[in-house]
Amino acid sequence: MCLAVPMKIISISTDRATGSADFDGVKRDVNLTLIENPCVGDYVIIHAGFAIEKFNVEEAEKQLEIFHELAEAMEGQK
Amino acid sequence: MKYIDGFRNSESEVAVSRQIKELASALDRQVTIMEVCGTHTMSIAKFAIRNLLPENIRLVSGPGCPVCVTPQGYINTALELAMGGKIIMTFADMMNVPGTKSSLSSIRSSGARIETCYSPESAIEAAVKNPDDEVVFLGVGFETTIGPVISIVSSACARNIRNISLLTSFKVIPPAMEALAADKELRIDAFLCPAHVSAIIGADAYRPFVAKYHRPCVVAGFEPLDILGGIKSIIEQVLKGEAKVENNYSRVVKDEGNPKAMSFINKYLEPADSYWRGIGIIPESGMSLKNEFSPFDAEKRFGMTIVNDEEKKGCRCGDVLKGKIVPPDCPLFATKCTPSSPVGPCMVSSEGTCAAYYKYSK
Ligand code: SF4
Repeated sequence: MCLAVPMKIISISTDRATGSADFDGVKRDVNLTLIENPCVGDYVIIHAGFAIEKFNVEEAEKQLEIFHELAEAMEGQK
Repeated sequence: MKYIDGFRNSESEVAVSRQIKELASALDRQVTIMEVCGTHTMSIAKFAIRNLLPENIRLVSGPGCPVCVTPQGYINTALELAMGGKIIMTFADMMNVPGTKSSLSSIRSSGARIETCYSPESAIEAAVKNPDDEVVFLGVGFETTIGPVISIVSSACARNIRNISLLTSFKVIPPAMEALAADKELRIDAFLCPAHVSAIIGADAYRPFVAKYHRPCVVAGFEPLDILGGIKSIIEQVLKGEAKVENNYSRVVKDEGNPKAMSFINKYLEPADSYWRGIGIIPESGMSLKNEFSPFDAEKRFGMTIVNDEEKKGCRCGDVLKGKIVPPDCPLFATKCTPSSPVGPCMVSSEGTCAAYYKYSK
């Protein structure tokens, strides 16, 4: 029930309360009132029609890099 | 999408599982890790994570699905409201949860007005469209879902909509972890903490628990590498004799969580004891509407009382929810109890432990 996917904000209403977001071409209206300072281009986690938190791209890249290095290191050990 | 596929990389998965095996070979005992989130339960089954782990690492599922822990008495009250002519709005997962005599889907086919929705905002639209009717939204969920649901009260206040209310059975996770950790029979060594609950409450929310119960707590995302990485972090802690909170889902979860969402929730709700199906009352493990918002509390508004009785019918959901048994240990599993004809709520919701086992064990 708590499943939620990262979507990219593509537009924001003038009162900043709602907007629309995109995930691989699928668009959806989202409520933005639960997060601080939403901006177009931000990735957000959407649950039950609400953005519940921002998705931090830099942190994601860092983590992917760690896993990537790990796989390479293991490869080298073979 | 890169940020999903990237965490489903089989080479890295093999690498992490090899590391886990190496680490685990230094353990002098079995380590039991509980996940308390239905989406983790699903991912673990879907990606066959157990097959990637050594024998001395045991994963058990906890009460991680809000639908599964919603008590029968709550469903009975919802059914009563529906039969009394109210429009019931709910997340679809709730439709087949068995009450004592029937379920929402069975009374809908005999004419009750029950509608499912993806966003709680639809309930507001329904109330506006049907001014002469009472709309009741079934407010179930963990911290992740509470904010979106409680926005109904906020919108209703702002727009002066008076024909809407919530039947609440909100649950919060840390007190449930305490109850499970305190249960000597269960012997849970560590917790894999939920991803999106933690997005709201923050990784820091587990610190008091860790200080009191000295069990490693690692916040992890839902992809295979997240889960494997979380397990690895836990074993590392166990080997060092440590118990601390680690946040391995920093791409979404902050230590302090989402303060805006938390203060929104705390404006309308206050902690309350709550009844968990199969487990019983856990102190302060729920949230109920503050007194000033009682016109939006369906129980008070319509003079209802949720009676927490439980019928057994041989369902062992209680033991499944506490991680005491795995679903195949239940005599009804896959025989009398299947997703198309569920006996207990763990088989109803797609995130229920029994349903996850059923779906992916085929
Ligand atoms: S298999 Fe069915 S009856 Fe058995 S514990 Fe699970 S939900 Fe209950």
